[in-house]
Amino acid sequence: MIPLILNRLAQSVFVMLAVAIIAFSLFRFVGDPIAQMVGQETSIEDQERLREELGLNDAVPVQFARFVKNMVTGHFGFSYRTRQPIGELIKSRLPATIELAFVSLVISLLVGIPAGIYTAIHPDRKTSSALLLVTLIGVSLPTFVIGISLIYLFGAQLAWLPTFGRGDTVQLGWWKSNFFTLDGWRSLILPALTLGLYQLTLTMRLVRSEMQEVLRSDYLNFAIARGLSWRSIYYRHALKNTLVPVVTIIGLQFGGIIAFAIVTESVFQWPGLGLLFLESIQFVDIPVMSVYLILIALLFVIVNLIVDLLYIVIDPRIRVAGTTGS
Amino acid sequence: MTVHNLQNWWRRVSLESEVLYLFLRSPAALIAAAFVVVIGIAVVLAPFLAPNNPYDLSSFDLLDSLIPPVWIAEGEARFLLGTDDQGRDLISSILYGARLSIMIGAVSILFAVVLGVGLGLAAGYLGGRFDMIVMRIADVQLSLPAILTALLIDGIARGILPGDAHDRLMFFVLVVAIGLSLWVNFARMARASTFVERNKEYVQAAEIMGLSPWRVMFVHILPNILGPLMVIMTVDLAVAILLEATLSFLGVGVPADQPSLGTLIRIGTSYMFSGEWWVVLFPSAALILLIISVNVLGDFLRDALNPRLR
Repeated sequence: MIPLILNRLAQSVFVMLAVAIIAFSLFRFVGDPIAQMVGQETSIEDQERLREELGLNDAVPVQFARFVKNMVTGHFGFSYRTRQPIGELIKSRLPATIELAFVSLVISLLVGIPAGIYTAIHPDRKTSSALLLVTLIGVSLPTFVIGISLIYLFGAQLAWLPTFGRGDTVQLGWWKSNFFTLDGWRSLILPALTLGLYQLTLTMRLVRSEMQEVLRSDYLNFAIARGLSWRSIYYRHALKNTLVPVVTIIGLQFGGIIAFAIVTESVFQWPGLGLLFLESIQFVDIPVMSVYLILIALLFVIVNLIVDLLYIVIDPRIRVAGTTGS
Repeated sequence: MTVHNLQNWWRRVSLESEVLYLFLRSPAALIAAAFVVVIGIAVVLAPFLAPNNPYDLSSFDLLDSLIPPVWIAEGEARFLLGTDDQGRDLISSILYGARLSIMIGAVSILFAVVLGVGLGLAAGYLGGRFDMIVMRIADVQLSLPAILTALLIDGIARGILPGDAHDRLMFFVLVVAIGLSLWVNFARMARASTFVERNKEYVQAAEIMGLSPWRVMFVHILPNILGPLMVIMTVDLAVAILLEATLSFLGVGVPADQPSLGTLIRIGTSYMFSGEWWVVLFPSAALILLIISVNVLGDFLRDALNPRLR
């Protein structure tokens, strides 16, 4: 088990190193950092002095080491566009994205898992076909079209819910939260639904196929033959083994949620990290782009690491295979 | 060929080809294929079918802006589906927009196929360190969602290219961005298939004859691994079109004077609250129809070519 975990850790470090190299080359070689920082009227000598001061004339490996050190110690540099420290920018945008992602993940799991189980147990009912039709729509429609449709229906036509921004927020230290005001929750509904719908269909389909697989297995036939009640068969015997892969589902969904948060935040003008990234692309704000990249990669690596380690803990088969294999 | 011969020929083809047999018996696939063919023809003939040319500034007039579709009281017969904020005919914009979307999607897939199959084939055949490097890169990229990769490459291109060149080269920027975010699927599939083929007798025979590795890879192995790749190509075509639409919708895709479907939808959203719903509805409907049709075809191909599912 230990070598398996060490191997996994080494992989994570490799990924982070690769991403750091990409982010560094972005920052260093895409456009001239000095030209972005100073105005037209700065003399060539001043530019050269600044270049020397910032260490841009040092050997590239030295610069890379400095870059990594800065990132690790939280010195992210300044945005070309707003001139603000990137650390501050991220701190002000992070809560919005985390709250949005959290609520849509909760929606997708709370609805997706029961719906998946239901459609697996009762494949012939009308409700199941209706649910499956909904998932087909969820998979086929682009996220931004879903968002636009919701805005048109609940914002423009019915005028029930706000369609842009976060609404009223409550300040908890540096964390701005939507969770403590009615207006905050109302603003959260449409973006969270938009972001959650695709993840919901994914969860539902995976749980459904997993449950169907389990329902066909020998040990379940045995449970039926023993004359156990269907309730006990479905919810005590089948469900347990269905839910193991749900851990992976959450891991898989994380990437999707982060990526589609960019689209959702753009549709609803939700002031989160995704919108910040999009703005930095539009304005070629390279430092913000590289920091975002590193941050997202770090999040991905941590989540994937946790998922894999949990898997090793949960599923004894992997543990055995891992020790005998290596 | 006489009618009788033709009938015989058709009977033989339709009986011998399993895929065709299944295709003719799947209503969903037939409908989807019909849509794809109709859209394809409409898009190829766009310059002849479209009443106006949305790229030609002199062909539309700002005075005609935001005219509703023809069946609404203020609609005009000149503009069947109405006009957008610039006075461009929506049918023409949609035809040209879909043409651009499909072209970018198709060329990106071609790019992804060439890159992915080339690397995957070489990795599978040569093995060793090359294989390890390619697969490591693929693993890293696979952990990032495609849209994120595409956005990133788009952003880098914006940084490297000067402003005016950027708009002109947007087509190629999108092709590279989308192609680079989709090559991994092709590489993995090609590599896996190559592993299977590598030990077959015909490959050994070719090697014993002293053919160069390049010749063995691309002349002998490649034709035998193309089948499963067709499925990913179809499925990923829908993904590529969707990626392009998303990038354009986000405002980092094709510029507004040469709108693709995503750009049209982006323009349309500004008019939702003022009641001009047609500007956003029709391009969205066209995009959804296109994506669903390609998706259904891709699903059909996957099921038809996978004997385990039958």
